[in-house]
Amino acid sequence: MESYIGILVLVAVAAIVCVAMVSLSWVLGPKKVTPYKSSPYECGVTPEGSARERFPIKFYLVAILFILFDIEVIFLWSWMTIYRDSEVSFQLFSFIEMLVYMSTWILGYIYAVRVGAIDWDETTSLDPAKLEDTVLPKLEAKPVLQPATEGS
Amino acid sequence: MPEFNAAFPLPREIDFAMLMPVIMVLVTGMIALVIEMLRPKQNNNLIVIFSIAGLMAAGVATAIQFGQPEKTTLVEMVLRDQFGLICQLLLVVACALTILFSETYLRSRRIAFGEFYPLVLWSTAGAMIMASSRNLLVIFLGLEILSISLYVLAGLARAELRSEESSLKYFLLGSFASGFFLYGIAMFYGATGSLDLAFLANGLTGNPAAKTLLVFGIGLMFVGLGFKAALVPFHQWTPDVYQGAPTNVTAFMAVCSKIGAIAALFRVLVAAAPMKADWLPAMMAIAMLTMIVGNAVALLQKDVKRILGYSSIGHAGYLLVGLLAYVNAPDQVSIATTGYYLLSYTFMTLGAFAVISVVTKDGRDTTRLEDLNGLWQRDRLAAVLLVVFMVSLIGIPPSAGFFGKFFIFQDAISAGLVPLAIVLAISSAISVAYYLQIARAAFVVETEPRPAMRMSPALRATGLICLLGVVLAGILVTPVQRFLMGTPAEEPMEASTTGLVGKG
Repeated sequence: MESYIGILVLVAVAAIVCVAMVSLSWVLGPKKVTPYKSSPYECGVTPEGSARERFPIKFYLVAILFILFDIEVIFLWSWMTIYRDSEVSFQLFSFIEMLVYMSTWILGYIYAVRVGAIDWDETTSLDPAKLEDTVLPKLEAKPVLQPATEGS
Repeated sequence: MPEFNAAFPLPREIDFAMLMPVIMVLVTGMIALVIEMLRPKQNNNLIVIFSIAGLMAAGVATAIQFGQPEKTTLVEMVLRDQFGLICQLLLVVACALTILFSETYLRSRRIAFGEFYPLVLWSTAGAMIMASSRNLLVIFLGLEILSISLYVLAGLARAELRSEESSLKYFLLGSFASGFFLYGIAMFYGATGSLDLAFLANGLTGNPAAKTLLVFGIGLMFVGLGFKAALVPFHQWTPDVYQGAPTNVTAFMAVCSKIGAIAALFRVLVAAAPMKADWLPAMMAIAMLTMIVGNAVALLQKDVKRILGYSSIGHAGYLLVGLLAYVNAPDQVSIATTGYYLLSYTFMTLGAFAVISVVTKDGRDTTRLEDLNGLWQRDRLAAVLLVVFMVSLIGIPPSAGFFGKFFIFQDAISAGLVPLAIVLAISSAISVAYYLQIARAAFVVETEPRPAMRMSPALRATGLICLLGVVLAGILVTPVQRFLMGTPAEEPMEASTTGLVGKG
């Protein structure tokens, strides 16, 4: 138990320092709320439009495909660890089994390519009407929120 | 009892005849996908032909194993027994019937994606895997293969909000139920040191804490499987999902998902029989609730698919009674009763949903009771088929539905589960009202019947096959029973004393 005292002291000091810094800056710091400040943060760019709009879900599709093929490799890994040290008959058998297993993945991969799941072509997925509505106004760069006036 | 082996086992010999049905269905699905890739945007007739041929082959590969001794292969990962074989055969038949009437239905809904067929086939393969293993992890794998395909299939009509809702609801609740099942498996493993249900006894001897763990594990597994089989406290998803999904998917879901879940439930119940004092009262309560709630709430529904959804909940209750009777008194009661009930359930439910799919019009699918009005005027055969399936679902004598229900009733009494038998009889009586409502709706005369209500040849074939199944299984009860038991037909009647036929 005594050997843990050092760690406990460190935890206590860290907690006190953190709480003090956060609460002091909250108590002492000046607060000027402007509409611009309280608007959502979008990587420093002026926010525009509603956040609740449709957007292409290509990221999800690519992420799911990535996870699937990642899992495939993990299965190969576990096979690999016992492959070298096993007897020849098992090596031959499991090699053929793995080829069968891989062929199902390759079939899935061909399917994913064929249906264009990994094509990154925005023009085909976005509705033309949507392109006019969102992409073109953005090019003209109109700020939606006015900068806060002094002293408000 | 197989020997306990803690080391990592390698498969020394594999009985491919036992694996063949599942492999055939999986490969058929892959072939169907390849066909779809080779000729996209064309009609799916070739896929349908290949799928049905593959399923027929798988059906034969299953049927030739009937009556062979119980056996495991692939390091005890795969188990062959009579009930598993019955379930596998029924799954293959149900999948083939679904595929048979799907193409015209999907076209009329304007969602004729070729991907439907591989998904249905793989889903069937998942249910078949569930039915043919005693290893919990393999059962879980089968459950996920079955479910993930079904989540996609439920949302097949993706332009429709209701179908999307159905898919999302099924996905969220289904994953939750899978989590329950997996948690139960983890506890089982903790208590017994094995994933094989045959080693349940490990948890009962020795450390008393293991027993507690085992009770929780079994309970959680019941929750997970109860969700899939739509038993009552876990049934809320059923009507919404059944209503929103395209009708052919609903038919498939109602039959295949249920058979898979009942098969897995059978394995868990049989393995957990030594500790049935702990769970039998709870399961009896669940069975009673399932029968009463399923049938009583169905009375209030106005949508045919919702009514049939609640009816399938009620039927899950009857099936559970059959299972419990078998587990309670395995010497006096045969599991072929439940097998026979599954057979009749497959034909009458698939047939009913197939006939309901006829009301689709202009890509839209409204299935209120009024939408069936005038069916008799437009298509006599469809109305007759609907009446026959309703008669069988009620359980009126010459139909298979009657014998299935009657045998389960008889089993429940001889197994000493009299309360269950009484509730079964009462809830069957309640069910008459809503089944007759559906049948009556088809005969209401309309001045201007909807022109679209005509059965396509494929739909007609499906309906007639289901009709044959319901009627023949009703007339030829004894031979069908004997076939399900796996006893050859030449044997004299006295030989099958464990079967229903011998009991009198």
